[in-house]
Amino acid sequence: MQQWFEGFAADFKQSFIDADRWQALLSGLGTTLLITVLALVLGVVLGVLVAVVRSSYDQKKKKGGVLGILNKLCYVYITVIRGTPMMVQLLIMYFVIMASSTNTVLVATLSFGINSGAYLAEIIRGGIMAVDKGQSEAGRSLGLSYVQTMRFIVIPQAVKTILPALGNELIALLKETSIVNVIGMKDITKWAINVQGRTYQAFMPFIGIAAVYLILVIILTKLVSMMERRLANDGTAKRHNN
Amino acid sequence: MEQQKDTIIKVQDLHVTFSDPSRTVKAIVGLSTEIERGEVVVVIGPSGCGKSTFLRTLNLLETPTSGKIFFEGADLTDEKCDVNLHRQKIGMVFQHFNLFPNMTIKKNMTLAPVQLKKCTQAEADKKAMELLVRVGLDDRAEAYPQQLSGGQKQRVAITRALMMEPDVMLFDEPTSALDPEMVGEVLDVMKELAAAGMTMVVVTHEMGFAREVADRVLFMSEGNITEEGTPDELFENPKNQRTKDFLGKVLH
Repeated sequence: MQQWFEGFAADFKQSFIDADRWQALLSGLGTTLLITVLALVLGVVLGVLVAVVRSSYDQKKKKGGVLGILNKLCYVYITVIRGTPMMVQLLIMYFVIMASSTNTVLVATLSFGINSGAYLAEIIRGGIMAVDKGQSEAGRSLGLSYVQTMRFIVIPQAVKTILPALGNELIALLKETSIVNVIGMKDITKWAINVQGRTYQAFMPFIGIAAVYLILVIILTKLVSMMERRLANDGTAKRHNN
Repeated sequence: MEQQKDTIIKVQDLHVTFSDPSRTVKAIVGLSTEIERGEVVVVIGPSGCGKSTFLRTLNLLETPTSGKIFFEGADLTDEKCDVNLHRQKIGMVFQHFNLFPNMTIKKNMTLAPVQLKKCTQAEADKKAMELLVRVGLDDRAEAYPQQLSGGQKQRVAITRALMMEPDVMLFDEPTSALDPEMVGEVLDVMKELAAAGMTMVVVTHEMGFAREVADRVLFMSEGNITEEGTPDELFENPKNQRTKDFLGKVLH
């Protein structure tokens, strides 16, 4: 038992402490989080735009026109992105579309953001459609514009219903960034591959990053449920206190 | 310029047709009417006769297939017309209240006037409180819609529309979703509004309200006005057979 423990400690030291490998791990963690956050921002922006175009087209009685063309574009975007693997999209972005750029953070952000946007668009569209039609009618009847009604009335209510699905998408995005090493980025997965190559130790680095991903996901899950509780505040909780 | 007749809403040969791939429904068929400033018009008729559609078309929640709607002289059906601007002057109260569940009562009321830059948040708050006092709900200003009864919700919905200082108020079956004992409190608020000179168009099944408050009653069937008149004329001496059948069923 003691022998095993000593061996474990030595492996741990070799994988994480020697040659200051923990510093490389931290910088890899930074890369993972940076790409996740940037891609999330881009994904949400794209997702909201596409969802608003698609749902307002669905509600419109007269089809066609500029909105019709936009709707078609959005449909193609969602179909292509959801129909091809993330890693292939990343490779195409790096080697074909942005072959002249060496800015891998930009390439990864665009790839993951565009990918995430397609999934988020459908989630957000579902949320918008789930909001009672009477809500937007009430907004419009007060004289608010379509955009104001969306912004102040419909989207806040949609966010509440789609939050669990948004959490899922965020978790998937975080974990999917583990493929960025194919375009030469040094995220935590690349760190583990490197350590394994140098030390011939597989257990420590791979189980180690698995734990890191797991902890990150648990933290995210907690954050999402905290947000859910905050958004649930429409008086139901207060009533119980009275 | 003093005019003898001060028309606030004028509807000319209105047609509204709903179509989806499976069928076409002609909801409004060639309806024309005028509503004077200060008038209380009650619209009655059997279900499916197009009375709600008619009301919803007046502020373009439904799009007319053809025909014209003039509000204070402006043609709302004109593509160049800024409908949002005119909607500010047309208050609407819905059957299902449609309060915003994620906002307090006060926020429900102040959102539109503040966003549309009619007044500052402080002014809107003050006005909201005055209106809530009028309908006896000033103690619920910070509550959420879910915490109110149906009758209270509808009273809030009315004050929310009043915050925009509309020139006309449209009521789409305002008491139909209420428990019977709450109908009175909403009708009282509406009566008070009518007494204060508000122009109102009310779609309702409350014949008592129509009799007591209406200046004119429109009876609709099959997408058009088949008979109209003062409550006395229409209720005591209906001429059209359809009106007679309908009143025979609802008046006991």
